[in-house]
Amino acid sequence: MNNSVTNTARLLGAGLRALLVLTLVTGVIYPLAVTGIAQGLFSDKANGSEIKSDGRVVGSSLIGQQGYGLDYFQPRPANGLGENSVNTQYKLILSGATNRSGDNPELIKWVKEAKAKVVRENSVPGYTVRPSQVPADAVTSSGSGLDPDISPAYAELQVHRVADRNDLPVAQVEKLVEDHTEKRTLGFIGEPRVNVLELNIALKELVKGS
Amino acid sequence: MGPVLAGVLQLLALIAALALAYVPLGNYMAKVYSSDKHWRVEKWIYKGIGADPDTEMRWTAYLRGVLAFSAVGVLFLYLLQRLQGVLPGSLGFKSIDPDQAFNTAVSFVTNTNWQSYYGEQAMGHVAQTAGLAVQNFVSAAVGIAVAVALVRGFARSRTGELGNFWADLVRGVVRILVPIAAIAAVVLVACGALQNFSGIHEVGQFMGGQQQWNGGAVASQEAIKELGTNGGGYFNANSAHPFENPTPFSNLFEIFLILVIPFALTRTFGLMVGSVKQGYAILATMATIWVGFVALMMWTEFSHHGPAFDIAGGAYEGKEVRFGVGASSIFATSTTLTSTGAVDSFHSSFTGLGGGITMLGMMLGEIAPGGTGSGLYGMLIMAIIAVFIAGLMVGRTPEYLGKKIGSREIKLAACYILITPALVLVFTAAAMALPTPGNSMTNSGAHGFSEILYAYTSASNNNGSAFAGLNADTQWFNTTLGLCMLLGRFLPMIFVLALAGSLAEQKPVPETAGTLRTEKPLFTGLLVGAILIITGLTYFPALALGPLAEGLAS
Repeated sequence: MNNSVTNTARLLGAGLRALLVLTLVTGVIYPLAVTGIAQGLFSDKANGSEIKSDGRVVGSSLIGQQGYGLDYFQPRPANGLGENSVNTQYKLILSGATNRSGDNPELIKWVKEAKAKVVRENSVPGYTVRPSQVPADAVTSSGSGLDPDISPAYAELQVHRVADRNDLPVAQVEKLVEDHTEKRTLGFIGEPRVNVLELNIALKELVKGS
Repeated sequence: MGPVLAGVLQLLALIAALALAYVPLGNYMAKVYSSDKHWRVEKWIYKGIGADPDTEMRWTAYLRGVLAFSAVGVLFLYLLQRLQGVLPGSLGFKSIDPDQAFNTAVSFVTNTNWQSYYGEQAMGHVAQTAGLAVQNFVSAAVGIAVAVALVRGFARSRTGELGNFWADLVRGVVRILVPIAAIAAVVLVACGALQNFSGIHEVGQFMGGQQQWNGGAVASQEAIKELGTNGGGYFNANSAHPFENPTPFSNLFEIFLILVIPFALTRTFGLMVGSVKQGYAILATMATIWVGFVALMMWTEFSHHGPAFDIAGGAYEGKEVRFGVGASSIFATSTTLTSTGAVDSFHSSFTGLGGGITMLGMMLGEIAPGGTGSGLYGMLIMAIIAVFIAGLMVGRTPEYLGKKIGSREIKLAACYILITPALVLVFTAAAMALPTPGNSMTNSGAHGFSEILYAYTSASNNNGSAFAGLNADTQWFNTTLGLCMLLGRFLPMIFVLALAGSLAEQKPVPETAGTLRTEKPLFTGLLVGAILIITGLTYFPALALGPLAEGLAS
């Protein structure tokens, strides 16, 4: 009995020492080495891909923002986004999805309302949006709630409204969207997309220049 | 090019990349676990542990090593979270409550990485990097070690010795996981993943105001999270978060990382038992199921049945634009057919049948290709069941890889395959029968039931993904899911190591004309059939109440 207790203690001691040594390797040396390389080679990206407009940092090109006025291109809905409920000394963005199923009444309502809103807001004199034109990403929330992109179809749909509101020729705004459309990587990886923040920064400059 | 074709091309590119890595990585891992030489850094580590890496262990000693190391891991990680409030480098974040700290500690040590906490608001740098990320490495290395011990059981004869646990653990970390993860982490940073140790970062916004996000060692954790089939996200949104998975390329790369070791281990297995063809037969079984599931998932997600998706014109809820439906389908299938549980899109908002496919993937026991190590040993257990069934059909004592599958072996294999279904079904039934657990559901009806079934399936199979509408941060779920993770990880390991010990003691049976040829396509077919039928019979009633009911209604 006594012997087995000693053996167990010895074994747990070995386990603890193994954990501490491996923590040193994988929890200290490894992340520090990777951070060193990352900061040396790609410091902009490693620090959050910040993006500037008028010399002021206006966010990260990877993190989608909400609350753009109708003069600007609109992002996807973000109904799953939260605010931090613990450690409330900070105001952190809490990424998240809605997790609603396809037959969830709330989701059905959100999608219907979003669709009606997209149709209403983007129909301007001389250009009427049909409900069937509205792409799926325009009326659904993303997985992170921080999707920085919209589909080129949703950007197209907003061109007339944005041109109208900013007194710009439609062709010029169309060109802007085209310039900011990123194709699939190598032609087949992922989906074509338009980064909303980058597009709006460019739009702001265009308006200022005209 | 349409999105369907792009999805198929991404799948083909992934298969090509995995095929390229298969032989070199499989050969390398076989060498790692067969070599007599120790690296200098490993000698230092053994000195620190105070263990002799050359001592051979019987299965009981090997198991004691696994259990002691894991027990210490749980305790250490629990304390780290409980003390977070007073630890430096924790951004001033509060300590984690006892039930959640227990759940999380168990979760990461068992390679599950179920998360009932929100990463970005709960865990500081120290807990993430020196606690959670460390277990990402070592729990994966433990899984591979147990698989290698089983393979040695097949390969060795007339000995009870299965190798040395400490040596297998350390080599897995030092020679396999750390080097690949380091390269992968730099690739992810190059795509845009975060890697810094700054505090909470505050930047301006386009329309005015400020936003705050956490800095941290994200890319280094992301790399091992996928490579070690762990799946615990730095952020709540996991691999859907742009700082974890910034581009379409990083997404495909992460899927590659998830799959590369589990598939390549079949090569390692083949080499160690002296017939790479045996490895190919196991590989073919895994690949058949994986490709079949991906195809089904793409079909149901692209056809997007479901009232909300019909109105929206696509199943884009919970999916990111940069990945699209195709790549999200590949990710979801790969993460649930392995023990990963990382997500680049949210399974709860998949179509009814799509959600069912993610659940069925886990219910197969995560063996196609499965977790690092756990996928291989799970599949070898199924192979034993399959040769047993074949033996019954022809009335012959079953053999596999020159070893007799006698009553002791088949009992151990049977115990293995009974554990997780028992945990899943009993706990799901209990949660549904009790008055309060149901309050955690976000959705109602069939999908609400699916949330709970998914949770216990995920925990018991050590996956970690969720139908995340379920509020799992309650004492009931933290405790019961924690128990499922513990029992679902270590009971199977006990049976696997006992089996390995008994196989290693046998003398080899000579191959005769009547021996079932387990390296042939016929056996692969038998194995696929056995896996699907056994799982189907076990779970069909539960699946019918949840995802099938939802999927067929829409």
